[in-house]
Amino acid sequence: MTTLAAGPATRRRRASSGFWRFLTYLALVLIMAPAAWMLIGVLARAWSHWQWSVLWTKATPTGGGLRDQILGTLILMFGVLIIAGSIGVFAGIHLAEMARPNKPAGRLSGPLRTASDVLSGFPSIVLGYVGYTALVVGLGWGFSLAAALIILSIMVIPYIAKTTENSLRQVPTGYREGAEALGMSVGYSLRKVVLRSALPGIVTGLLLALAIAAGETAPLIYTAGFSNTLPHSLTHAQFPYLTYVVFSYWNDPSVQKHYLSYDAALILIVIVLLLLVSSRIIVSRTQRHAESARTTRTGKRLWPGRGQAVEPAKDEPLLGITGAPPR
Amino acid sequence: MATVGGVAGSVPATPRAEPVGKPPPWRRFGKFARRNEEVAWRSVAWVAVLLPLAALVFAVSVLAVKAWPAIRVNGWYFLYGRDWTYGNGYGAVVHTDGVAHQMGARFGAWAIIWGTLASSLIAIAIAVPLSIGAAFALTERMPTWISRPLGFTIEILAGIPSVVIGLWGILTFGPWLAHHVYPVIADHMPDVPVLRYFSNPVGTGEGLMSAGIVLALMIVPIIASTTRDLFAQVPPLPKEGASALGMTDWEVANKVTLPWVRSGIVGATVLGLGRALGETIAIAMIGGASLQIPHTIYLPFTTVAATILSQLDGALTDGTGFAVATLAELALVLAVISVGVNLIARQIVKRTGRVGAPVGGA
Repeated sequence: MTTLAAGPATRRRRASSGFWRFLTYLALVLIMAPAAWMLIGVLARAWSHWQWSVLWTKATPTGGGLRDQILGTLILMFGVLIIAGSIGVFAGIHLAEMARPNKPAGRLSGPLRTASDVLSGFPSIVLGYVGYTALVVGLGWGFSLAAALIILSIMVIPYIAKTTENSLRQVPTGYREGAEALGMSVGYSLRKVVLRSALPGIVTGLLLALAIAAGETAPLIYTAGFSNTLPHSLTHAQFPYLTYVVFSYWNDPSVQKHYLSYDAALILIVIVLLLLVSSRIIVSRTQRHAESARTTRTGKRLWPGRGQAVEPAKDEPLLGITGAPPR
Repeated sequence: MATVGGVAGSVPATPRAEPVGKPPPWRRFGKFARRNEEVAWRSVAWVAVLLPLAALVFAVSVLAVKAWPAIRVNGWYFLYGRDWTYGNGYGAVVHTDGVAHQMGARFGAWAIIWGTLASSLIAIAIAVPLSIGAAFALTERMPTWISRPLGFTIEILAGIPSVVIGLWGILTFGPWLAHHVYPVIADHMPDVPVLRYFSNPVGTGEGLMSAGIVLALMIVPIIASTTRDLFAQVPPLPKEGASALGMTDWEVANKVTLPWVRSGIVGATVLGLGRALGETIAIAMIGGASLQIPHTIYLPFTTVAATILSQLDGALTDGTGFAVATLAELALVLAVISVGVNLIARQIVKRTGRVGAPVGGA
């Protein structure tokens, strides 16, 4: 489509447009290249000396494997899932569903949300220092799993609360109104209708929070300390985890330990990738079946004890509002 | 009319089985639970939502109590001074205002605070243009089958543990920069006031510039994915209208799309800044850990977060506990800076709609 009047001004404008378009591609390359370099570089470093026995061999003072460190990281993730998961999800439920503006508790929800935001802006090392002062020294727990779990949980609770609140807010109001019109109590409709619709978003938030917990180092150095073996008690025993291996073994005199540090980085990347990919799968699956996936499951026995199945409408968005966020 | 229930026995009446007598106890509990379910939800959720507030109050008060002696003794010098010394561990214990500390202890954190601000600003200066450009390329230019995987790669970058990025930075990226990039820049810098800061010596790759670049890599995902989601929310009609008026792609982007989401981008930038200010472990690995303000931009420095991490062992050797209290003061300063930055960001974002990306934990 050549032009009606491509004067010098127009040509200049087109050229500048092309120039800026080139710059945007350049920006993309400048982000992607280091990212790919980093991933491939770390993976290659580990892979060239990789031995599967690292996964099940215990660490020795000069090398060995990473069994207890891997287990330690998994235990930390599991504990955070239990503690921060339950607290964060309930806090999100409160912020999204429960806060009634006419009650004193509801008026507090603004400050409570602010508190959660402020906490999520706290640098992790500062929380680690607090854990060290208050739990490790103050309560006399010593470097321990308990202190680490509490501090890690405090770190990710605001994050989980936020994602829970956001995904609850994306549940269409029509769902709640419909449940109320059917005579469900608030608690019941929350459990059977609202939470079920919001579940994919909540699970995604939990997985990302787990990724944060798995990759955290600084607060753990202050609270968990480090050891080569899994302890038998919650307190008074330093705890092993992977990130410390990456942090400190790379400049150890022993070459064996360098390899361990690369291996630990590889394992961490794999853990995080698994979490991210599964959260991505959850998101894309629920977007594809935005409506049907959740109602068929609820449809089976909506009112237990009476034996009649109520089948909600499938595949039709209520009131023309779809639950899936724009992406 | 058909016979409806007229003939006895043809349609056996099936009355619902009503429980006779008292229902068993578990049923009664079920009924009780159903009636009180809302109360249960409310009370549990209420307790849960109070916990972040409690944790916040707890953290701030622990820091404040711990730091108070240091705040009293260090005074304003802490914010502008440049000496950082624990004093003589074998000398006499000195008391100032009733606070015991080692003789000659003097704590001025300006070089450390300076390092935090400088590295974060370098990171922002690099990350913001790159993120906006990449977000444009992803939303406006590409078919979905390319932009989806690329966008996902950026999100993966957000999830990579910072210690892994630090490992790559110290082993691969920093040395590469120091051998192949910095000398080229440094050798061509004229000896004039500002640019002098970019000239030789270039060091070994552990330092301010390397840390800033790596920090930029860490905050790009936050800014880029938020910006991408913001761009996707700009309605197509104004853009198409502008195109129809004869604007080029660049003019549409500059005059329609960017102004539409400008404050959202500012909010995302400030959130990224918050993350950069609090980043610890990567800086501890590639910052070089020097308590001086570096002479050129390539040389070792330190940040508040990295200092808190690396100085604890040293501080514990101070028998009076004053050095540990000073670390608490440092932590308090960092908390104030990054919480302030975060709150500003959230205000900006709140005023202009939502942040698209999952952004939060520092």
